[in-house]
Amino acid sequence: MEAFLLKLLIFLGAATIAVPLARKCKLGSVLGYLIAGIVIGPFGLSLIDNIEAIMHFTEFGVVMMLFLVGLELKPSLLWQMRTPILGMGGSQVLLSFIAIGVVCAFFLPWQQSAAIGMILALSSTAIVLSTLREKGLMNTSPGQSIFSVLLFQDLAVIPMLALLPLLATAAMHTDTHHGSALFDIAALPAYLRLIVVLLSIGFIYVLGKYGSRPIFQAIAAARVREVFVAAALALVIGISLLMTAVGLSPALGTFIAGVVLADSEYRHELESDIEPFKGLLLGIFFISIGASLNFTLIGAQLGMIGGLVAGLIVIKAVVLLVIAKIFKMPVSERLLFSVALAQGGEFAFVLFQFARGNGVLPQTVTETLISVVAISMFLAPLLFLLYERIFAPKRQKTAAARAPDAIEAEERPVILAGFGRLGTDLGRMLMSAGIRPVILDHNEANVDVLRRFGFKVYYGDVTRLDLLESAGAGEAELIIITLGDHDKSIELVKLLQKHYPNIKIAVNAVDRAAAFEFMDLGITTIRRETFGTALTLGQDALQLLGFDPYAAYKVRRLFRKKDKETMPELYRIHRQDEDKYVTMYQQHNANLADLMTKDREIDMTELDQAWTAANPET
Amino acid sequence: MKKILILFGHPAFRRSTMNAALREAVETLDGVTVHDLYASYPDFLIDVRHEQHLCEAHDIIVFQHPFYWYSTPAITKEWFDLVLEHAWAYGSTGNALKGKITFQAITAGGSLEHYGKDGLNRFTIRELTIPYRATASLCGMDWLPPFAVLGIHQGLPESERVRHAEDYRRTLIALRDERVDLDRARAGERLNQDLNSLIKEG
Repeated sequence: MEAFLLKLLIFLGAATIAVPLARKCKLGSVLGYLIAGIVIGPFGLSLIDNIEAIMHFTEFGVVMMLFLVGLELKPSLLWQMRTPILGMGGSQVLLSFIAIGVVCAFFLPWQQSAAIGMILALSSTAIVLSTLREKGLMNTSPGQSIFSVLLFQDLAVIPMLALLPLLATAAMHTDTHHGSALFDIAALPAYLRLIVVLLSIGFIYVLGKYGSRPIFQAIAAARVREVFVAAALALVIGISLLMTAVGLSPALGTFIAGVVLADSEYRHELESDIEPFKGLLLGIFFISIGASLNFTLIGAQLGMIGGLVAGLIVIKAVVLLVIAKIFKMPVSERLLFSVALAQGGEFAFVLFQFARGNGVLPQTVTETLISVVAISMFLAPLLFLLYERIFAPKRQKTAAARAPDAIEAEERPVILAGFGRLGTDLGRMLMSAGIRPVILDHNEANVDVLRRFGFKVYYGDVTRLDLLESAGAGEAELIIITLGDHDKSIELVKLLQKHYPNIKIAVNAVDRAAAFEFMDLGITTIRRETFGTALTLGQDALQLLGFDPYAAYKVRRLFRKKDKETMPELYRIHRQDEDKYVTMYQQHNANLADLMTKDREIDMTELDQAWTAANPET
Repeated sequence: MKKILILFGHPAFRRSTMNAALREAVETLDGVTVHDLYASYPDFLIDVRHEQHLCEAHDIIVFQHPFYWYSTPAITKEWFDLVLEHAWAYGSTGNALKGKITFQAITAGGSLEHYGKDGLNRFTIRELTIPYRATASLCGMDWLPPFAVLGIHQGLPESERVRHAEDYRRTLIALRDERVDLDRARAGERLNQDLNSLIKEG
């Protein structure tokens, strides 16, 4: 136990020191983790051992990441991406396989060359997606193309696992069943295997589409936060186990589950619950890659490994450039596309072990190539950096030259916190203007009903930072707070000002005193909940009393203006006299008295000045 | 250097092209204040005192707006109704605007041949803007004929738009720096009819 905790401490400690340092040097967190791994690894301070086991365990971070990626991709969006996934992804895997295989065939038997070509065609989902996200490139058009290719690669792992044993030249090892703890699907005949696979995918779909809602609803109703986290984790782990059992990639399974759940109102909750686990596991995974770099081997074969790394990156990059050209990608995006995917991937570690186990590749070859892949993965974030330094500034310039009116409402996200009586009408109005807010609400009844009417409403406590983060507070331009609970609103404003200083804030205040508290926090867009209705009703009253409709309207308009003008003055008085009051009641009375005094000073003569017909000179 | 106030009225500014181009051409000039009436008073509740102070602080007052039904957009008319108060703008003691140069900068759909005795609109631009001229006269202001961009409905080519915007900019700079032959300007049909003859190169 203590040994485990010590190891954990070393990993976490290394990450805590290395990542902020790396980010400070603008290297990105992935490189930070990798460097931390080298430092604490056997060739650095030698603080950790049994790296392979750790790497194997933390690979689960990749599974979680694909679940999260799935959550952000609605089925409709995925369908739209079918051409890039099949076209670009398919041709990338095929062409890289051929190119790498042919080059290898000069030195190795064809079976080994084919296996290497297959395995090295894959890129690193973990590093590339993490880097894209960190740089905010995920939703750009090259980002989407890169993602499509990575997705196809994850799919391609499945047939590769099936094909590799066929390339065996040596005698098989004994422990080849990549099997499961539950049952061994390999024992079934092929047609049954297919049926089992299809059934399990169908099961994930049904579970995500129909089963998840009542289950999550019941869990959410219990209001014990850990249980929701537990359920979310159980979902991801369960699906990976199922996928492993039927011989599919767990990453693919959880990705499908994520896509199915992308429409769910619990999406944000799931996202924020899984995110920290994913981050930690991936971090440790990257550390173990850094630690697994075998410097003795690299030192002994320096020239060859260096050459192989360069060759791998160049071949993959050239293939990607060709694909970018075939698919008519804009010239400015081609280089990023090619730089991003020109490295070996974490699946290579698994597949090389698998190939060795099946007698496809000898250990000398796999050992060298694993180092090559690890180095290429280490270089990937550096290549990104190099690309950004040299080419990205140019790219930005061309983007800035385009017309500024291309900004879609969708790209300027708005968060509506609170979807009660007030939020509903507000949301309706925004949607009528083409603005689709991300809605957060903590009332299950609301969430349910509104969802049925096609609103995008998400359930959760709005003052939770992780929920705000996954709702996109980092990118949102504006947040509108219409919570009924004043203290909660204040808490939310403070949270936002601390973590998202750039977001614009508009609030609803329950009354004048509440408005003063928002003014204390420096908020300027404040509307008092009942003020608008009071004035409109006042206008109705005047009209019922025989005022001309337009005259009644003008009184309302002018009164509103005067009220706005007196607000700072009242605020000043209120804050000055605050200490004088012993009870809330006293303060309320004093406020009211101030208000009435101010009202008496309001000059309504401005109202009709210009519209009187009498000759002003007589 | 004279100070110029542009009272800008356009109810759908985001969709205008000519007015936007004109405004853009002069917005950043030294000594020019662009005051967008619809943006300042979306509910039409014009702050009369503030408007009067603005006018008092400038020497030249330009009303820039599209020429709607031979007149102005609603808010510009509301502005006249409310801001030009007795004893401020007119009447025996109303001298606030006296001597200030004023003109309209308008954009109109019809082309030049539509504005004339035999044209679709029956009258010339100068004739149709007579109410404004009378207003200026009552307030003791130094009236100039309108800076008019015509033929918007046919869709002006980009080059024309650029030319008009440049003319507008030239006119305002020249007025600001007092390089305009005002007598000659007053006699013309439109301010931008023959700028070269009006502007003395300084």
